[in-house]
Amino acid sequence: MDWAFFILAAVTLASAVGAMALRRLVHCALALALAFAGLAGLYLQLGAQFVGLAQVLVYVGAVAVLIVFALMLTRNVAAATQPLGSPSWPLGLAVAALAFGALVAAILSSPAIQRPVRELPSGTVQQIGIRLMTDFVLPLEVIALLLTVALIGAVIIAMQEERSRE
Amino acid sequence: MTNALDQLFVILKDWVVGWFPAGWQPFVGALLDAMAIVAVFATLFALTTWLERKGLGRMQNRYGPNRVGPFGLLQPLADGIKALTKEDLVPRAADPVVHFLAPLVLVVPVLLAYSVLPFGRNMVPLPGCDAGVLLFFAAGSATELAIFMAGWSSRNKYSLLGALRAIGQMLSYEVPLILSAVTVIMIVGSLSTEKIVAAQGVYHGWLPGWHVFTPWGFAGFLLFLVAATAESNRSPFDLPEAESELIAGYYVEYSGFKFALFFLGEYLGLFAVSGLAITLFLGGWQAPLSFLTWVPSWFWFFAKLLPFIALFIWLRGTLPRLRLDQLMNFAWKFMLPMALVNLVAAALWHWLGAGLARWLVSAALLAAAYLALGRAVSGAAKMPQRHYQLAD
Amino acid sequence: MLGTGIIKGLVETARNFLGSYTRQERLVTVQYPEERLPQKENARTFPFLVYDGEDPIKGLRCVACQICEKECPPQCIYIVKDAVKKPDYAGKMQFQPKVFDLDISVCMSCQICVEVCPFDAIKMDTDFELSNTDRFAGFLLHKEQLAKSNAYYSEIHPTEAAEVDARLAAEKTRAEAKAQANAEAKARVASDVKAKPAAAAAPKAEAQTVPAAQA
Repeated sequence: MDWAFFILAAVTLASAVGAMALRRLVHCALALALAFAGLAGLYLQLGAQFVGLAQVLVYVGAVAVLIVFALMLTRNVAAATQPLGSPSWPLGLAVAALAFGALVAAILSSPAIQRPVRELPSGTVQQIGIRLMTDFVLPLEVIALLLTVALIGAVIIAMQEERSRE
Repeated sequence: MTNALDQLFVILKDWVVGWFPAGWQPFVGALLDAMAIVAVFATLFALTTWLERKGLGRMQNRYGPNRVGPFGLLQPLADGIKALTKEDLVPRAADPVVHFLAPLVLVVPVLLAYSVLPFGRNMVPLPGCDAGVLLFFAAGSATELAIFMAGWSSRNKYSLLGALRAIGQMLSYEVPLILSAVTVIMIVGSLSTEKIVAAQGVYHGWLPGWHVFTPWGFAGFLLFLVAATAESNRSPFDLPEAESELIAGYYVEYSGFKFALFFLGEYLGLFAVSGLAITLFLGGWQAPLSFLTWVPSWFWFFAKLLPFIALFIWLRGTLPRLRLDQLMNFAWKFMLPMALVNLVAAALWHWLGAGLARWLVSAALLAAAYLALGRAVSGAAKMPQRHYQLAD
Repeated sequence: MLGTGIIKGLVETARNFLGSYTRQERLVTVQYPEERLPQKENARTFPFLVYDGEDPIKGLRCVACQICEKECPPQCIYIVKDAVKKPDYAGKMQFQPKVFDLDISVCMSCQICVEVCPFDAIKMDTDFELSNTDRFAGFLLHKEQLAKSNAYYSEIHPTEAAEVDARLAAEKTRAEAKAQANAEAKARVASDVKAKPAAAAAPKAEAQTVPAAQA
């Protein structure tokens, strides 16, 4: 009776296809944001509250906005792109079907699927916090350093542009 | 101390939900909650528009609207009828689907954000949400996309500029907003709104143990308030929708009910973020004095919400609008460092343990940071004396 | 220190807010239409015709000289002279207008008609509440609608009205004095000439002075 899963999966798939197939780039970006939201819904449906909400906060709230900013600041976004049919579509369909079949076979035969389902751990946010600070503190610090470096780099690039414009 | 009046709405809801078969009960419960939230906050929105017009008028030495009902109380109704009966213009060059969806994408996440606010004892619409505060911020960040959709789909240079400015402003002020909330989360140790309210339920004598009465809580509260004003595009941060600069900014091409929906979304966002401020810093539904706990908890929540509304109206009537670069400077060069210092002060508070020392240390650190940053941000804009050549 | 300006501003607006409830003179709004501000004396909207006394037809100062009709720049006045004459304030027989139409949707309130009228018959009104549901006929005012009394004129333009009244009264006394002097001169001439020319002139002078004395 997993109506939630079916609806969310349908929305995610449809918007992912739309992100590829729609004619206007802005529509594609918005469809991508909807795909992110659909993924977040899937996480929430699995009971991973923190991950699902962080997905919304980061992907929909920041990454999607970044993508649309990038679109807005380039020219000729309003023009509709050419229709997406290409003459070699049977070959593309065959390759996609092959890849999908391989992935499905790999997943279904993996040991992860064949394990019995455990009950969900409770108090997830606290556990995530504890694991981040004890087992995974090094990756956390490295990622923080990486983000800081990226931020400083962006500021420097912007500053240099301003200075060169002066 | 749960008495019937305090739990009135919970009892009512359980009674209505009990009419339905067991499989339907969660949906009916959620539907009832949603209906109640929409009804209450839409009425509060109408009341706030009336209060705002009267309040601003009185502050500007004039009457507000006083023709439509007694003291103009039916003015929101007249405004609603006007919004509904106006022609719904969609510019020919506009993107019809995105143009239509933008107000919806604005209002729906904002309404979703209400689901984690505790309106009273046992009155959270989404109980047991372990990451309530995170849901609130996630829903708030989805509104930025709506602003982009509105500004882009109108195919208007001015609305696009307004949308860019609005998104830039909202992104910049989200960081201090979340950081000042993080201090509370750090001290309480949980993201759940119910636990945060419960953690403020201690009374020292007859004074409440709310977070706002601590140095870091007070600073966090002020930061949160300023960032919340900026998040909902409210004066003095209303450059994106400035009436005299960008006409109406990103919703200039909207008319009729869609415009009313933008307006509604903005005010609902204001109430939601005020509600979160009350939850995080002002003790949620806790009574202010220990001998007043017999008053129902939902009364206290709304009694705390109304001064917030009054404060926002007061700020709007007082302060001139900030220019875009002033706004950005303030966010990144003052509020962000201040929020980080606030985090350190809260950590020191927690680490030093109970006693006078932690009060002094936290307060001194925050005061020093405030003075230093204040001097830095206000001294940077010193412009040289202007000399006019021909104006003598 | 950062923030002191904001606090000062908040105090100021709070003082405004509370003061608006306690001291009435803070609120400078005039609640139209219950309260109205008095018009200034030299306000003007559209012309009207002045009449002396009580009767708007007999006391109408306008003599249908048609100067205002000719001088009006947008030509909003239409006059038809009446063949029947009537006496004016000083007793002299004058023409009167049978039709005096003024279209206030055309009138531009330039006051030229007032400036050129030799008889102080047309003056500017100050009434602005002239909304009408008929876009054309409602704004074409006829003689009956345009005629307003001198008492009304004194109300709306007291100084002007006083000056006009003084001038007209002075002219009237001068006219009467002249008529008196004429009559006496005629009487003296009549008494100087003896016999038939005198006898013939006396009844004629009598007949002439009688109407002059009656005016």
